[in-house]
Amino acid sequence: MVEELLFFMEVLVGGLLAGTMYSLVALGFVLIFKASATFNFSQGAMVFFSVLAFVGFMQDFNIPFVLAFILAALLMVVVGLCTERFVLRPLMNASEDTVLMATIGLGYVLEGLAQAAWGVEVRRLDLGIGDFPVPWIADNLKLFISALDITAGLVAAIMIIGLFLLFKYTKIGLGLRAVADDAGAASSIGIPLKHIMLLVWSAAGVVALVAGCMWGARAGVQFALVDLALKALPVLIIGGFSSIPGAIIGGLIIGAVEKVLEVYIGPFFGGAIEGWAPYVLAIFFLLYRPEGLFGEKIIRRV
Amino acid sequence: MKPVFMTYTKKDLINLAVCMVLSVLIIPSFITTEYWYTSILIPWLCLALATIGQQIVMGYTGQLALGAAGFMAAGAFAMFNLILRVPDLGFVGSLIVSGLIAAAFGILFGLPSLKVRGIYLMVATLASQFFIIWMIDKFGWFKNYDSSGIITAQDIVILGKPFTTPLAMYFVCLAVTTVLTLLAMNMARGSTGRNWMAVRDMDIAAESMGVSLLRTKVQAFAISAFYCGVAGALFAFCYLKSLEPVAFDIKLSFKILFMCILGGLGTINGAFIGAAFILLFPVLLNAIGNNVFHGAIDATIISSIEQVIFGGLMIIFMIYEPLGMAKLWENIKQKWKTKIPSSTNLKSSLGKKT
Repeated sequence: MVEELLFFMEVLVGGLLAGTMYSLVALGFVLIFKASATFNFSQGAMVFFSVLAFVGFMQDFNIPFVLAFILAALLMVVVGLCTERFVLRPLMNASEDTVLMATIGLGYVLEGLAQAAWGVEVRRLDLGIGDFPVPWIADNLKLFISALDITAGLVAAIMIIGLFLLFKYTKIGLGLRAVADDAGAASSIGIPLKHIMLLVWSAAGVVALVAGCMWGARAGVQFALVDLALKALPVLIIGGFSSIPGAIIGGLIIGAVEKVLEVYIGPFFGGAIEGWAPYVLAIFFLLYRPEGLFGEKIIRRV
Repeated sequence: MKPVFMTYTKKDLINLAVCMVLSVLIIPSFITTEYWYTSILIPWLCLALATIGQQIVMGYTGQLALGAAGFMAAGAFAMFNLILRVPDLGFVGSLIVSGLIAAAFGILFGLPSLKVRGIYLMVATLASQFFIIWMIDKFGWFKNYDSSGIITAQDIVILGKPFTTPLAMYFVCLAVTTVLTLLAMNMARGSTGRNWMAVRDMDIAAESMGVSLLRTKVQAFAISAFYCGVAGALFAFCYLKSLEPVAFDIKLSFKILFMCILGGLGTINGAFIGAAFILLFPVLLNAIGNNVFHGAIDATIISSIEQVIFGGLMIIFMIYEPLGMAKLWENIKQKWKTKIPSSTNLKSSLGKKT
């Protein structure tokens, strides 16, 4: 009985920590949605693009770890700059759906560019953190939890707290919220829309890079990251599109539910139900609570 | 008064006649290489049909859906099982029934559209994509317990006659596509299509005018999935000639989305233009790579460049012409017309002013 409970705990904790990896991707979505009410479908591509550039700098040019990270972050700022100038500004007054489709296009561009520049083979990313159980926890608590999972959890926690403080207590954060509420009104009282957008997209780019490092260390840096990043969508639906804590809680729920279902119900159906379980869970949330757990209530004015 | 046959004008009938003569008489007599049929014309017709399905739900009803390939897979595997288990149904019967089975899935996964829209709906439809593929993959019954993973599609036999040559398959695809395209045009012009568009343009206004949202949206999803299902069955039986769930992954869904958007939302001819563009452009790029650079550029780089160009075009169209290539074509025609205004048009426009 105790062993079963321990096994359940292990599955649950493993799922929760793996869920923070989804949260990290979802965080980038939320940042942009919060500040510009734009749904950035290319976040997954940004994850792939940034981490591939990072690994590329390290492996092809032998640039040291820290410098390569900074270079990749700068690259994401440039991507943010170009996105603001060439995609978002011309689509300022376009409908939500149009902007969404443009970001799908942007995702394609980023994926293509990344592969054209760095090739299509799977690259290994070594962060110096192993993807194996931490011995101390395994000995004392009898739980097998990967060190990488714990790191991802810590990184996510730090980023959440940082972003939360930024949005809540700084002048920039206030500007971000103002722009999200009504871009026209915000710019008319002198909030520099251009800078705000640039800032947000760069921040989302850096978040993507961090998420990409975590995913890359686990699954290798490869195109499949884009598909993995799609799972951030159900996370967002459960957590709410405009809530940073929501992204985390949503990620935890998705991570835990998909792992528990996979282990306990999966075997009856031949496994691999984690491919669709998050989406079906998202549908149930949509039916009962379309705005998500922490999202603002969706009001449509007629 | 224009001469009108049912709801069709003379111009429509001429267009139809031109298309039919072109596709039935001229193409088969001039194109003799198998390559054109097996890798361009047949997939073009199949994908155009799937794109019409996507158009119905996205272009006409305004519901952002991203699961066309899932419904195609449902159609393809339904077809395989129907021919295998219910041979009495015949090819055409199986095709219709497999479309209906896909439509059932469409209704099921279209239900969230009653509550949500936009990106929320997109996520809900992604569930259909992943679920259908998983279901086919995991339950051996759908694949007739074939362990190899790739099943060979049965030969097409209609009324006892085998249709196995590329040309014959082309005619099968052409016939199905023509019938369904005409049907789609009819629906789009009739009250059905008007309801769809009313829901697209302002669902609350449409509802207060007495259009049932439930009926209209579910109907659009069902018909869309029917088209995708039939297209998927043709895609598997005439083009791939094999059935594997991997062929209908999320990438195909995105491809159909691109065909739909680049071709022109809310137009039937846009589906054909978009499908042709997405299908032919890589062929063109490869030809350039092989002939101009003599294979100096790696094939993977060419496919990356192709992705960049598709994405870039998507952005450019969204900025400058959100209604896609079909609208671009309209604009060109319009410009051509206004250059040489006929005297009667001029008179009537002058008459209005005074």
